Amino acid sequence: MGDHELKLLGMWASPFVLRARLALSFKGLSYEYIEEEIFGNKSALLDKSNPVHKKVPVLIHKDKSICESQIIVEYIDEVFSGTGPSLLPVDPYDRAVARFWAAYIDDKLFSLFMMMIKGKTTEDKAKGRRHSFAVAETLEGALKGCSKGKSFFGGDNVGFLDIVLGGFVAWVHTRDILSRSKQFDAGKTPLLAAWLERFCALDATKAVMPDVEKLVELSKMRQARDDAAAAAVSQSN
Amino acid sequence: MSPSTVKLIGAFGSPFAHRAEVALRLKGVPYELLLEELMISKSDLLLKHNPIHKKVPVLLHGARTICESLVIIEYIDEAFDGPAIMPTDPYERAMARFWAHFMDNKCAKPFMLSVWSEGEVQKGFLKEVKENLALLQAQLEGKRFFAGESIGYLDIVLCSLAHWLTVIEEATGVKLVADDEFPDLRRWAKEYTSNEIVKQCLPDRDQLLAFYTAHLERYKMIAKAMLQQ
Repeated sequence: MGDHELKLLGMWASPFVLRARLALSFKGLSYEYIEEEIFGNKSALLDKSNPVHKKVPVLIHKDKSICESQIIVEYIDEVFSGTGPSLLPVDPYDRAVARFWAAYIDDKLFSLFMMMIKGKTTEDKAKGRRHSFAVAETLEGALKGCSKGKSFFGGDNVGFLDIVLGGFVAWVHTRDILSRSKQFDAGKTPLLAAWLERFCALDATKAVMPDVEKLVELSKMRQARDDAAAAAVSQSN
Repeated sequence: MSPSTVKLIGAFGSPFAHRAEVALRLKGVPYELLLEELMISKSDLLLKHNPIHKKVPVLLHGARTICESLVIIEYIDEAFDGPAIMPTDPYERAMARFWAHFMDNKCAKPFMLSVWSEGEVQKGFLKEVKENLALLQAQLEGKRFFAGESIGYLDIVLCSLAHWLTVIEEATGVKLVADDEFPDLRRWAKEYTSNEIVKQCLPDRDQLLAFYTAHLERYKMIAKAMLQQ
């Protein structure tokens, strides 16, 4: 495997970084991975290569920086079209459908997770759970439409949309453990539940999945820190 | 390939619907425009074809439905023959998409809130607007259009800066950009709005001003809700 001159700036717990890693993994591309400190200062390299948002992931290809996880995935697919499978569908309409759902996922799913993770009150968290189910239901319909009876959003093989949603699977597992419930319940969203299992069983996925136990720990640590901060505020009032 | 009917569900004054129209016209695709009266109610057609977001624009191509203006532009570019809208180089494409997302995800809110808020809060948003505009202007790099010599994807995406910005300033009485600021963007705005193809689907300025003036209260309410989030 040749040197593709690729570097990826990332953070082990980020679902957006995981997306980029999944794309590289499924395409079979080698790269240098550089971990950004989670609570530390942002590195000079990050500041230089993503001056606008200062966020990961950033893909650096021969000194060019590409930012935003979905844009990175499309870039990888276009530049390395001869390597590994194609991620975006071939047909323009299928591509449009995939991009539509990808935008939906970033619009709805991420803010939902934040609501559930950072929800201050039981009510907030309950609201998060209700919206989460509505979103899961919608995605179940999207999967039915896109997969056309096959295993993945991309059909027989993993595609762009599988990778876009795939970035969140580690957090889905984490939420499942912490909430003692299933985000993609087999009874309510059977296709999604089956997809999750199938996607996570793939070698290319396993190669880059973060340690869910560590994510659970991180989540508990964040929650404890938020609770302490909230308690300090209420005590000082 | 036998031609399938192309229809676009749009609404007067929507920069997002304008994006889709420009793309169709640049590509030379004939289409039927179906106008929503969004301030009154949403049509059954719109609700049927965009049940998730219930927004314009929606492109109907034969039996296909495509929603979300950025997705629509790329679809038009890929599904029809004609001059390319997206850059051909993958890195340039990635950059164009990056700035399009920047416009829609990072710029929209401060623009909206800078005209509708007051005091220190407004000052903060105004500062952010200027920072955003500086970043966008830098992408012009002295070129005629963001895409180079002729109009392309990013020019279309940034259309509200070319035409809607000054209308909103006039309607609200809030000056976002001083007359001597961002000369490159001003020059680009003139180029964009005087382009023969763009002119065919750009809302009339006076009508647009009347539209915003008539709906000031409504926009104020939307902005207030945004602030509370």
